[in-house]
Amino acid sequence: MVGLGKMGLSHYSMINAHPNAEVVAVCDSNAYLLGVMNRYTGVQTFSDLSKMIAAAELDAVIISTPSVLHASMVRTALEAGLHVFCEKPFSLDPAVSRELTESAQAKGLVTQVGYHYRFVGAFKEVKRLLDLNAIGTVSHVIAEAYGPVVLKPKGGTWRSKKSEGGGSLYDYAAHPIDLINWYLGVPSEARGSVLGHVFSKETDDEVFSTLLWPDSRTAHLSVSWSDPSERKMSTKITVFGSNGRIHADRQECQTYISDASSAPEGYGEGWNARYTTDLTDEVYFYVRGEEYSAQLDAFVKRIEASEVEGQNSFASATGADIVLDMILRDSQRDYADASTAPSAPAVAERQGLFRRRKGV
Amino acid sequence: MDKLLFGDNQFFGVNHMSEEKARAQSIKFQDLDAIISVLDAAYDEGVRTFMCTTHDRVGEIVEHMRQQPERYAEQVFYPCMPYAHKYANAMTEDGMVGAIKRFLPDGGLLDAAFKGGMSVAKKDIEGITTLLIDAEMKMFAGMKTPVIFLQNVVVDLLLGLGFDEAFRIFADHVRSKYNAEPGFITMNLPMLLERLAKVGVKNPVVCSNINKVGFRMSGGGVDAYEEALRTHNFDAIAMSVFASGAIPPREAIEWVSKVPNLKSIVFGASSRANIRNTKELVDEYFGA
Repeated sequence: MVGLGKMGLSHYSMINAHPNAEVVAVCDSNAYLLGVMNRYTGVQTFSDLSKMIAAAELDAVIISTPSVLHASMVRTALEAGLHVFCEKPFSLDPAVSRELTESAQAKGLVTQVGYHYRFVGAFKEVKRLLDLNAIGTVSHVIAEAYGPVVLKPKGGTWRSKKSEGGGSLYDYAAHPIDLINWYLGVPSEARGSVLGHVFSKETDDEVFSTLLWPDSRTAHLSVSWSDPSERKMSTKITVFGSNGRIHADRQECQTYISDASSAPEGYGEGWNARYTTDLTDEVYFYVRGEEYSAQLDAFVKRIEASEVEGQNSFASATGADIVLDMILRDSQRDYADASTAPSAPAVAERQGLFRRRKGV
Repeated sequence: MDKLLFGDNQFFGVNHMSEEKARAQSIKFQDLDAIISVLDAAYDEGVRTFMCTTHDRVGEIVEHMRQQPERYAEQVFYPCMPYAHKYANAMTEDGMVGAIKRFLPDGGLLDAAFKGGMSVAKKDIEGITTLLIDAEMKMFAGMKTPVIFLQNVVVDLLLGLGFDEAFRIFADHVRSKYNAEPGFITMNLPMLLERLAKVGVKNPVVCSNINKVGFRMSGGGVDAYEEALRTHNFDAIAMSVFASGAIPPREAIEWVSKVPNLKSIVFGASSRANIRNTKELVDEYFGA
């Protein structure tokens, strides 16, 4: 286990409870926390990743550190021949994501990134329905995520620091983006992207963007981590098709079908509702939602079966990094001169760099 | 322990079936009066134990009842701590240490503990844990709290980490300071019972999902849970008996009445009619 923050501790608990896995060592920068864990559970503790890898006999690592550290830690783990589960977003630079993906593939290592929504029953049902062409030709998706992470101007953790890979783009928007990629593939362009501020000075609290595909499908992304009305993160997906519409959140999947003549089994004309109680498989151990246990179980099973490709592999998560980067660049684009054709990446890059320099 | 306990999810926008329904309930119970009127209905129907999270609004409910001791003479509370989102959100804002500090009456204790670095003293952890429990219990001062629960998110997190000693610390403190029985809510009943036995927590109260469809009965499903109920000494409370509405009420209660060694059921309802129906079904199948 690398990193014992909010995600790290919950991963630790779930993987340690797995019948075929055991946590033998943990690595964190907080000496007191390491002391507590060692004293009460007997686990070996380290403050340096390389030392841990050298000293402990590991098959795999789970990396849950601030996002900016992911790439170098993943590289260190891959070089040591370890299977890697890394928290999202995978890396902050798509070129690095590609490089690490290739490196893992060359070594035949199993990789996974923590896009847990792909393990939520209702969102899996959306994928199944789209694969079955249940709502016809898809024209548009609305992907939303709202939650109460930053509700005041001052915040002390890495999540509020741009330099650490914080901000609602990487922390929140990454999830609906990954679902969009799963359903429609990676988009070719982002337009009208706004990284908005509600409370944070250093980083973004809101993300809005229009995503486009070459075949004219579109998606709207609407994200805020400064929404006080939500109890916890709430992610919603709406898909519009020529034969109906799907609306899904963590709890349920509602599907409207116009013509049910070739509808999936159990689905009929009009509204169809499926609930989490029907769509969720039992997990080996439950802490905070079946999807978190299920994704770790999938990781263990893939290692046992040497399945290098699988759900949320580095290759798949690189798609999210590409879109995150696309939105970031588009948000820095100068729309005053937008009469020209949509930005070629090189142009966007130059403008992005120019903007950043000006801001320094 | 009463056969039927009243839960509080419906008051705080928790619904395992639908986010829309959760929001509708949040709107309905925006005013404290709306919550009180449902609790009054439960009380008058003879459901007089309120199993509740240590949410700020529960503090307001308790205060209301404290003001009218005659009206609520037989009201009993089973506090469930902590209100996990309070800590989770605080952790996101301030980090783990900052979050714990925020809820401790005296931050100095944690600072002192930190100076020790790796040399962690067990008394520090015990001290911090018991202070956190006391902080959560403040709102119930002077009220009847014969069972005090640790919430499932915390129980199951600790269970996975192998931090079993924390269960003993909790049980000891709850018994000695509040003269109450320690309660544990879990989604992993069989595993928790093994560990509680291992650290010497005897005859605990344990609340877990127990329902006909096996919804969130992690660690083996219905068969493993029935086996655990037959072989361990503990007071079992069933929650999610209706699996968030997936099982019709009569079918759900009839099934759960045949589960061995079950002491009680906790349920939520938003109207007097639902409370009465559930009470009648429980009386019918369990015997009044």
